[in-house]
Amino acid sequence: MLELLWLVPALPLAGFLALALIGGRLRRGGAALNGVGSISAATLLAFFVAGTFITSPPRGRVFRQTLWTWIDVDGFTPAMGLHLDALSLTMMLVVTFVGFLIHLYAWEFMEEEEGFSRFFAYTNLFVAAMLTLVLADNLLLLYLGWEGVGLCSYLLIGFWYKDAANGAAARKAFIVTRVGDTAMAIGLFLLFTQLGTLDIRELMQRATQQWPVGSTAAVAAAWLLLGGAVGKSAQLPLQTWLPDAMAGPTPVSALIHAATMVTAGVYLIARTHVLFELAPGVQLAVAVIGTATLLIAGCSALTQWDIKRVLAYSTISQIGYMFLALGVGAWSAAIFHFMTHAFFKALLFLGAGAVILALHHEHNMFKMGGLWKQLPVTFWTFLIGSAALAALPLITSGFYSKELILLRAWNAPNGGAWLWAGGLLGALITSIYTFRMVFITFFGEAKQQAAKRPGARIHVPLVVLALLTIAGGFFGLPEFLHPALPPQPHGNESAARELALESVAAIISVLGIFIAYVLFLRNRGIADKLTATGAGSALQRYWFSGWGFDWLYDRLLVRPYVGAARANKSDIVEQIYRIITDAARACYAALSATQTGQLRWYAKAIAAGAAVVVAIMVFL
Amino acid sequence: MNVVFYVSAAIAVLSTALAISRVNAVHALLYLIVSLLSVALIFFVIGAPFIAALEVIIYAGAIMVVFIFVVMMLNLGEQAAEQERLWLSPGIWFGPSILALILIGELIYILGLGGFEISASESIGPKQIGIALFGPYVLAVELASILLLAGLIGAYRLGRRGSVAAEPGGEGT
Amino acid sequence: MTGASLPMEYGLALAGILFALGLVGVLVRRNIVFILLSIEIMLNAAGLAFVVAGSHWGQPDGQVMFMLILTMAAAEVAVGLALVLQLAQRFNTLDMDAASKMRG
Repeated sequence: MLELLWLVPALPLAGFLALALIGGRLRRGGAALNGVGSISAATLLAFFVAGTFITSPPRGRVFRQTLWTWIDVDGFTPAMGLHLDALSLTMMLVVTFVGFLIHLYAWEFMEEEEGFSRFFAYTNLFVAAMLTLVLADNLLLLYLGWEGVGLCSYLLIGFWYKDAANGAAARKAFIVTRVGDTAMAIGLFLLFTQLGTLDIRELMQRATQQWPVGSTAAVAAAWLLLGGAVGKSAQLPLQTWLPDAMAGPTPVSALIHAATMVTAGVYLIARTHVLFELAPGVQLAVAVIGTATLLIAGCSALTQWDIKRVLAYSTISQIGYMFLALGVGAWSAAIFHFMTHAFFKALLFLGAGAVILALHHEHNMFKMGGLWKQLPVTFWTFLIGSAALAALPLITSGFYSKELILLRAWNAPNGGAWLWAGGLLGALITSIYTFRMVFITFFGEAKQQAAKRPGARIHVPLVVLALLTIAGGFFGLPEFLHPALPPQPHGNESAARELALESVAAIISVLGIFIAYVLFLRNRGIADKLTATGAGSALQRYWFSGWGFDWLYDRLLVRPYVGAARANKSDIVEQIYRIITDAARACYAALSATQTGQLRWYAKAIAAGAAVVVAIMVFL
Repeated sequence: MNVVFYVSAAIAVLSTALAISRVNAVHALLYLIVSLLSVALIFFVIGAPFIAALEVIIYAGAIMVVFIFVVMMLNLGEQAAEQERLWLSPGIWFGPSILALILIGELIYILGLGGFEISASESIGPKQIGIALFGPYVLAVELASILLLAGLIGAYRLGRRGSVAAEPGGEGT
Repeated sequence: MTGASLPMEYGLALAGILFALGLVGVLVRRNIVFILLSIEIMLNAAGLAFVVAGSHWGQPDGQVMFMLILTMAAAEVAVGLALVLQLAQRFNTLDMDAASKMRG
């Protein structure tokens, strides 16, 4: 059964090709069957492979399948190979299953839209690329998947291309992630030239053998890979693209910008964790970046009025938690949080999409209200997802994963207490903005009536994801991942200390819900008074704009570049080439001026020529 | 005899210079005829009497006469002379004169490198020319006759009034 | 009767001067009749050079060449003047610069 692993990424790719070539000629049903069917087949297959892997694990708990040699040049031979261990198995299952649910949802969500088959073509390509990314056995193939998901992200954000703003948002996403991708490519070059291979297992082995801890090569490579991860996962300083990426359809936001693509950076760091262990300074930087990002994004989420932007900032914040976990060496905790986050964030996005669809594409939360009666299934599943996001104790998987991260942060060797405090503060803010969103959207007086109830294809994914959100904490993922990802090196605390820390986290999350209740359900006046003060309104504007990063980048990078491009409009380099053509043209003009058509002119020319020739013959 | 040469040379140069600078076509032709006659005299003096005769008969007598006929056909009157006066401003002599002076200068220089031997002074009569023509140069004579034939036909065809112009462009030749 | 006993170079110099004068005439004049006239001057000068050279060596070849040149000049004049008539008829002018359609 394990040999069928290659079909898991191949089936969505085949689906993409079919839809790309003949999708235009299929009717809705056919395109949906193609698009959803390929993903469901891949999901089934993934489950079979997982079953085989778990019940009869291969030797060393790693299964490798090399399909063919991709490049064979002078000692550089990356292959099209798949590497299946606990980590990539987890990623594969999450990507295919959540992907399947979202495709099912999108079947109903995108029903009225034109470009239906184009949508499914892109999403199929995305799933294929993402699976390539997580199953790759060498960094070059991973980079192929990396670029592929970036491309699909661009195509899908700008799906409704007729509105220029969507195209701008797509370009912004692509360009910002490109900065990270370039850093990652340079990192790959560095790794190859220093260590001679890009095969991940080989690479990690050679790195531990040849590079001492803290050596410049390791540090440089780790920084560069971190750059790539930061770009793709929308962390500081490359986080500006994700809120704008909400211009795409909601299933896209759910699939790409919540559950899967943005976690590619987390996967990359987890996969190359050996390299980060060789560069402790960079690993600390990962944790610091994670903490800073989660706080910044959390504060920004507190002020947003667009429901999707709240969720976007929330995603950035939660990935900050994953980075924090990676930074303190808790690799499996990060992946655990990734899994639970994939479930509840996808659930929240799909729920938000159902609300948006029911209210005729209304995104402003403050124009919604009282929906808990009108959209009951949506409301209950959304509530479960929000509880998980706020890490409501004991019943939600979000609690277990976030708690594990905070625990591991406390245990970290440098600055553990600060990181833990930052994570805790972030948890408080998360609770507040999450339930602010819930209370404003679903409670209070109904400002609009829901036009139509969502159908089964929307409700089923919501319910399934809600169940997974509750049950996900009990899968025992961290232990499952231990063969692939080692546990945190620095010892565990005593049980009493652990209990104390857990209680603190639990109290904080409930406190946050209570604060949100007070501010946004019971008496909105308090919040309005706070934002009416000078400091309050300034803070609100600052946080609303994402702490001014867009403004900064615009002034620092975009404007000088656009100005330079405008100044070079006549393109200096082209002018140099134009010299050649202008010289030719000048010669042409000069020579054609000699063709006057007048006989006397020609006679003069002959006479002058004769004089010159005779002179040459006489005197030379 | 050298005096004759020098005098004739002077007259030739002078009359040629006058010929090219007249505004009236007939005047120019007449001056040219004078120049040709003096050249014929030079031919006689250096021992080519037959050629001297030919110069007078054919060059001055036939070719120049054709020129005069054509000039009379063209009816170049006072108006044409006026036009020529306009065209012949003093300034336009400058460039060509420079060019000509350069060429003459080069020629004189080359000639100056020569040996300056005195030429043989017996005259070569028609008999020797005839022997040469029918001997080594017989082919040239035939070619010259063909050339004359071509010239004859061409002149006849091209000279017809309203002939070439009136025909449409679809003709073969 | 003895002829003139002069170095060849004098005759050639005279031929050169006449040729240059004819060249000047070609370059300066705009009326086509005068241009043809100047060409005749040049041809005559060339012939003079031939005859002088032939006389210098005491051989008839120079004179033979002159006869051929004469023949050629006659043919050329005939055809040339016929063309002049055509030019005058078509362009209504004898200005050489009017016939410059092969320009550029």
